[in-house]
Amino acid sequence: MQIDLRTVTIEPRRKAFDHLIERFGDKPASRYQEGSYDIQAQENLHYRPTWDPDHELYDPTLSRIRMADWYVLKDPRQFYYSSYTLTRARQQDAAEMNFGFAESHGLLEQLDQPLRDAIQDVLVPLRHAAWGANQNNTFVCGYGYGAIFTQPCMYHAMDNLAIAQYLTRLGLLLDGTDALARAKRAWTEAPSFQTLRRLIEDLMCVRDPFELFVAQNLVLDGLLYPVVYGQLVDEVWSRRGASSVALLTQFQSQWFAETSKWIDSVIKTAAAESPENKQVLQEWVAHWTPRAAAAVADLVRPALGEDTDAALDRAREQLGVRLGKTGLAAKEH
Amino acid sequence: MSTVFIAFQANEETRPIIEAIEVDNAAAEVVHEPAMVKVNAPGHLVINRETIEELIGRPYDLQELQVNLITLSGNLDEDDDALTLTWNE
Amino acid sequence: MTLTTDKTASKKKLGLKERYAAMTRDLGWEPTYRTPEELFPYLTYEGIKIHDWSAWEDPFRLTMDAYWKYQAEKERKFYAIVDAHAQNNGHLNITDARYLSALKLFLQAISPGEYAAHRGFARAGREFAGVGTQVACQMQALDEVRHAQTQIHALSNYNKFYDGFHAFARLRDRMWYNTVPRSFFDDAMTAGPFEFMLAIGFSFEYVLTNLLFVPFMSGAAYNGDMSTVTFGFSAQSDEARHMTLGLEVIKFLLEQDPDNLPIVQGWIDKWFWRGFRVLGLVSAMMDYMLPKRVMSWREAWNIYGQENGGALFRDLARYGIRKPSGWDDAEASIDHMSHQFMLALHHWNFGTAFHTWIPSEEEMTWLSAKYPDTFDRYYRPRWEHMRSIEEQGPQFHNFGLAKLCQVCQLPCVFTEPDDPSTLWQRETAYQGERYHFCSDGCQQIFDNEPEKYIQAWMPMQALFSELEGNVPAWMDWAGLINEQDNLNFHGSADERNFSAWRGLSTTNTTNQENPA
Repeated sequence: MQIDLRTVTIEPRRKAFDHLIERFGDKPASRYQEGSYDIQAQENLHYRPTWDPDHELYDPTLSRIRMADWYVLKDPRQFYYSSYTLTRARQQDAAEMNFGFAESHGLLEQLDQPLRDAIQDVLVPLRHAAWGANQNNTFVCGYGYGAIFTQPCMYHAMDNLAIAQYLTRLGLLLDGTDALARAKRAWTEAPSFQTLRRLIEDLMCVRDPFELFVAQNLVLDGLLYPVVYGQLVDEVWSRRGASSVALLTQFQSQWFAETSKWIDSVIKTAAAESPENKQVLQEWVAHWTPRAAAAVADLVRPALGEDTDAALDRAREQLGVRLGKTGLAAKEH
Repeated sequence: MSTVFIAFQANEETRPIIEAIEVDNAAAEVVHEPAMVKVNAPGHLVINRETIEELIGRPYDLQELQVNLITLSGNLDEDDDALTLTWNE
Repeated sequence: MTLTTDKTASKKKLGLKERYAAMTRDLGWEPTYRTPEELFPYLTYEGIKIHDWSAWEDPFRLTMDAYWKYQAEKERKFYAIVDAHAQNNGHLNITDARYLSALKLFLQAISPGEYAAHRGFARAGREFAGVGTQVACQMQALDEVRHAQTQIHALSNYNKFYDGFHAFARLRDRMWYNTVPRSFFDDAMTAGPFEFMLAIGFSFEYVLTNLLFVPFMSGAAYNGDMSTVTFGFSAQSDEARHMTLGLEVIKFLLEQDPDNLPIVQGWIDKWFWRGFRVLGLVSAMMDYMLPKRVMSWREAWNIYGQENGGALFRDLARYGIRKPSGWDDAEASIDHMSHQFMLALHHWNFGTAFHTWIPSEEEMTWLSAKYPDTFDRYYRPRWEHMRSIEEQGPQFHNFGLAKLCQVCQLPCVFTEPDDPSTLWQRETAYQGERYHFCSDGCQQIFDNEPEKYIQAWMPMQALFSELEGNVPAWMDWAGLINEQDNLNFHGSADERNFSAWRGLSTTNTTNQENPA
């Protein structure tokens, strides 16, 4: 039997799922809303974790941040799996072309040796730092509360992994697997990286998911990306003729700009929730900023020399502007 | 000998994969089910990149298989040239 | 270009394995500022011994570039079909609106499990110490949120036209039969990271997931539901990676230290039985809820349980692993479980957010043919008895509450493996309380970890203690709209609407009016 279903006009019985109508009124819901709101189990959790019997399986008290409703922490990009994956696949296409072009035209081979050494010794070891960021965001996704907050942290973690892999490819282009071995030695032994490595190992021991979110995503990356990619790669090295490196780190620059909007929005909403939240956030920013600034300064000093402090001042100013918009102050106590 | 198997969505993209499996695995048995093609083989099954490339006339990355893969059974090993499934007993 | 020869050698194109090793495995380092115990605090308390994380074998070697590329391709295909399905009233293509019960159960019971797996794998992706293992778990965490979302998105259009879907989020936390998968995933996630991997990665993904997805999605294809086929098979394309991860994990644990064997075997025993009980829901979906059947639960079990599971455990025998202890009991219950479970659901259909019905004569003939040793002997008479009562008046409702099993949370309606006329009921006394079980398997699980299972949230007890047995108040609280979401399919709004809408599409009446 041939039936033409398109010609049938029927009135839907309802516009959306109950929990979305309760939140947003009686209207059709977006795919972001359907895929994000209230999808974490909330009630009648059966057992206490054997690894942490003092807490529930999903437990907002793992953090010092308190929210009446964690689902207010929405992602302004409205990323759900599909929109996230399609966005990144497009960026990956562009990155692939950039890497292909750099390889086929031997762009990195044209650079002078001191510059190649600087890229090797400052940039490539950051693949390990990106891996640390991946660990930390995976933690926030695992232990944070509410799907709306934790979901983008998983995407962020995978982005961190991708960045580690783009830096790895940059190293492979520079000097094959030797570059990776040299970068790992720098990461584990070179004095310029030890402040950062110590900070990341310390962060990996922080078990308050929101504090980790603040320390890694807002503070550390909020200084590291503007200094390394914004200033060193895009300005200093480009002026020295290495705009090819900027081509190969384009993803990182775009990604930092895009993800900052999400991070700032989460911080702003959490800070606006209560004076107590604001104070806790302020305390975390004050605690982690000097350590992050010192770590970033140490790692870029071999490349920036006496301009290092000015670079950090600029980055801290940028971070200060972001903090100001979220309702927090940049000043440490 | 235990049976290994692999199943794909039944569509245009998987036709050459199934064909390649039939070429390289004499003992394979192809079963068509609703929306799905399942290939069973005694103990061992191999999918060769080159065989697929000959059938489609373009370079092929074996990781493309994953787009239409439904399920498999057996110990898996994959490199640039081949994907194999094996049961040891 | 000014490359020296030795540089060329070091820069030669890396093979898949070397490239993956460089891009992933090599990212980790030995911590020196903090101890491994501080960074990975949960790795030892389960008693598992790992000496060398680098011995981990990566099954599929996906880097993020390839992951995004292939997953984006899958997503584009999936949403194209889901959009077309919504735009063209694809829901009217299904064979029969009874089929919707299977989808309702799927959205309430299975999709929340996908989300739970997402969070569980995120934790595992952080708590394990080896980069290869971490990344494999992280990718699975990412895939699992995909599955939860594609299922919700595919079924969202059904919610607009049919009942029983609308309150899935609340039903997940409060509905008695949904505590079966909920307690399963809660159990796995509250276990340590290694047990979690065994529970979900191995027992569920490798041993059982084929039984859930493959025949069910073929069934959806048979029943004209292309959007479900698409989410099902699209999810399965990720499952193939997950299953392989599950198998690699078990081999890794067994190769690392001989002391791991008894622990791993204990988990296999536990999680096979736990998973098998969750599949009780699937058995009823397959044998009773698909108007057009693709294969029986028994046939699916023969292929994906007996044959495939058998091959797996023969392969693992080289490590000293034997079949799960409940294997024979499972085999003995295959010909009974779907009937026992569906009869129970029909009995209690005042309290289910999907419709049930008595199988038609033609369907009973099919069931007799598929279950020659059991259906006519034990179950046809019970269905026929119910039918004669229903023909005489309103449906018989069993408001009496069944005992729920303290472990799997299913009602204790199953029979002894060797005696289909005796209910399989077990009891354990613990600290002055009596706990009930549906089977030896569940009782053993309780006896091994009573401190865990006495914590279980038991929905029937909550009904009595918090709602004083007030059934309408319970429905309100659970998200069930009486005489809309529940009860018999015959006489339901779903039945009326589907038939009226189909009528509109096959006749030339102008459709001014919509049925209520």
